[in-house]
Amino acid sequence: MSYYFAIIGHHDNPLFEAEFGTSKSGGDGASRFPPQTRYMNQFIVHAALDIVCETQWVNSAMYLKAIDTHPPTSSHVSCFLTPNNIRFMLLVQPHLGNPRASSAVGGRSGYRGEVYNPTAPATEEAIRGFFNEVFGDWIKATMNPFYGRDDRITSPVFRGRVMTAAKKFL
Amino acid sequence: MATPHSLHHEGPQKPPPSTTLPLRQHPQQQPQPTQQTVQALPVQPATGLRYPSSKKTIYDRNINRSKTAELSRAAFAYLFIEMIGYAQRRVKGVADLEKRLNEAGQPLGHRLLPLLLHRLPSPPPRPTRILPLLQFITTTLWRHLFGRPADTLERSAANAAEYMISDNEPLVSQYISVPREMGNFNAGAFVAGVIEGVCVGAGFEVEGVTAHGVAEQGGGEGGMWPGKTVFLIRFCAGVLEREEGLGKGM
Repeated sequence: MSYYFAIIGHHDNPLFEAEFGTSKSGGDGASRFPPQTRYMNQFIVHAALDIVCETQWVNSAMYLKAIDTHPPTSSHVSCFLTPNNIRFMLLVQPHLGNPRASSAVGGRSGYRGEVYNPTAPATEEAIRGFFNEVFGDWIKATMNPFYGRDDRITSPVFRGRVMTAAKKFL
Repeated sequence: MATPHSLHHEGPQKPPPSTTLPLRQHPQQQPQPTQQTVQALPVQPATGLRYPSSKKTIYDRNINRSKTAELSRAAFAYLFIEMIGYAQRRVKGVADLEKRLNEAGQPLGHRLLPLLLHRLPSPPPRPTRILPLLQFITTTLWRHLFGRPADTLERSAANAAEYMISDNEPLVSQYISVPREMGNFNAGAFVAGVIEGVCVGAGFEVEGVTAHGVAEQGGGEGGMWPGKTVFLIRFCAGVLEREEGLGKGM
């Protein structure tokens, strides 16, 4: 199970990117995207932004849940929209055929056999927890008077907090 | 008077230091070692941020810590007046000044929107329609900034794209008396900027938010609220179209 997390600004520009793996079920927290498809992550997430645009006015929740899939790499994209329309995108890629590395978020109940189920309640709740935690930190980062709209977030402390949240929930 | 004098004094005193110039040239003759040490310094603590003595960064603090904290009104008035003075020195006219204050308020609105929504006890949905957004502004935002809700929220009868929020006694213009030559200047332009920041941040593009002073009952001095201000919000056509589409879809 590998994750790619990106915060996307108003001009579809990435403000923050991180990659990590699962820490549940014996995962070591390192991402294991296959090198031949790793570069696709940004494309997949970028493509999912269209779907965010479609749903953001219909669904007024902040957490839009899993909104897109990319079958060739069996990735799923979840989205969280802040009230001022900054998008948190999380790409999840389960590793098929390798039970050790693929122990999932929903290892408890959302994960049956080899099929990762992005709509299982346990998976959704785990991702919701992660997003909410990052949302709080993101607010703290953007409260900085020197932080302009759509600036990149470069703080290593923020990165550390995101990684801690990932360890805690994913 | 004292400063130019002392400056003049330093003039003739400059030559003596030139005798020490050869000394200063020594480091300049070997610039590379010094430059290397200078460059090495920032590299070393690149990862080590400067933490406060308590070892707590802003990320370690509770986001709701200052939820109920209040700022002294005198401090606000002092800072705000300084802000206006600062802007005033850099502008040509009243319109320019109001535009500057408006721009100063926008980032504030942009930040307050997520913060205040995050702080509400049960996280409400994102505002996706005009009315919830304006209600958020008149209640939550106003209460946070001024300690009370705004007085009225109206939709213009003449133009469907225009909404008006009125405040009988805006805090921002309480300690400001506008000189006659500045005519219709209204310090509420800053609050208008905050409103604009919230609207634009939430994805509701506006043509502009402006503050207009309207003394009640047309009586100028005689009115009940001489400082009454109306904030006029004009949404872009696209926002109204979307609103209409959403209304049909539901």
